[in-house]
Amino acid sequence: MATVEEVHEATAPHAGGHEAAETHGQQHPIRIYFLIWALLFLFSAFSYFTDFLPDGLIRWGLILLFMFLKAGFIVAIFMHMAWERLALIYAILGPPLVLLVLIGLMVVEGDYTLLTRLDFFSEPPPITAPEH
Amino acid sequence: MAQDALAREEPEGWRSIVADWSGDKQTFHVPWGKAMMWIFLVSDTFIFSCFLVSYMNVRISTTVPWPNASEVFALQAFGHDVPLLLIAIMTMVLITSSGTMAMAVNYGYRRDRFRTTALMLFTAGFGATFVGMQAFEWTKLIVEGVRPWQNPFGAEQFGASFFMITGFHGMHVSIGVIYLVIVAMKVLRGDYERAGGNYEIVEIAGLYWHFVDLVWVFIFAFFYLW
Repeated sequence: MATVEEVHEATAPHAGGHEAAETHGQQHPIRIYFLIWALLFLFSAFSYFTDFLPDGLIRWGLILLFMFLKAGFIVAIFMHMAWERLALIYAILGPPLVLLVLIGLMVVEGDYTLLTRLDFFSEPPPITAPEH
Repeated sequence: MAQDALAREEPEGWRSIVADWSGDKQTFHVPWGKAMMWIFLVSDTFIFSCFLVSYMNVRISTTVPWPNASEVFALQAFGHDVPLLLIAIMTMVLITSSGTMAMAVNYGYRRDRFRTTALMLFTAGFGATFVGMQAFEWTKLIVEGVRPWQNPFGAEQFGASFFMITGFHGMHVSIGVIYLVIVAMKVLRGDYERAGGNYEIVEIAGLYWHFVDLVWVFIFAFFYLW
């Protein structure tokens, strides 16, 4: 740690104390990486075993739960988001939230397409327009 | 840590965002390469989200039953059909590679060039293994008659979604392998040592690699398990 600091100070004498400390980057104990690594294996195994459950809210809920846990650990620890400043965290994680709107719109649109297809593809078209 | 060195008081929470975004100063207190990689990854998130959302949309709207992924992607092992066997192995390979990449970043900041290079090459090797298994999977499905416009198992949109999503992800993995090998070679050659011992590039390459793993988490959940 000290040597890195010295070299950095020597090579970037113009940098202020603030920046100098930050460009050291993300140094964290290796133990936490091993822990997260093990957890990712565990959750992957769990999500694999959801495939043997019957379809239903429990299975889908578990798929989503393990998915978000894995995604969260990867972003927070492996991608070091947990140690970044809030300005960066919100700038990166905020915009993807608008995808929820897209998902919502596409669910509505998909349902509409399905109903339209069921209406027109599976039965002969009615002679008189029924009330919808 | 960094902030403690400063004499002035550092705002916390929401005030830190206002402080970072206001005034004539750098907003993100990270190296520019890292900020740019993050912004690229956000845009890539939107691309993959478009694929996954369109997959959701065609799957909702089709009147034909969707093929059962655990049967389509089953493999014969020990005389049984094991559902999603190859996919499970691919998932484990990718997670392993993420772990070795995290280690490489750590050793990079310790300026341990040989361990960093070795771990990055391991990561690239796992990535190449992943792509190889994906090629096997594609071959198997193509031989079985899956095409972007038809397949023998059910809804036609299955093939289009499958080739598009896994193909685009596989391309990302392939590019990641090339990227990692290039950076690993530069680490080994001592380029960053000459540049003042700055190994941020390993972390930036790592961000890309972890993102590829992250996307696979979502593909695994939505395409293979759902």
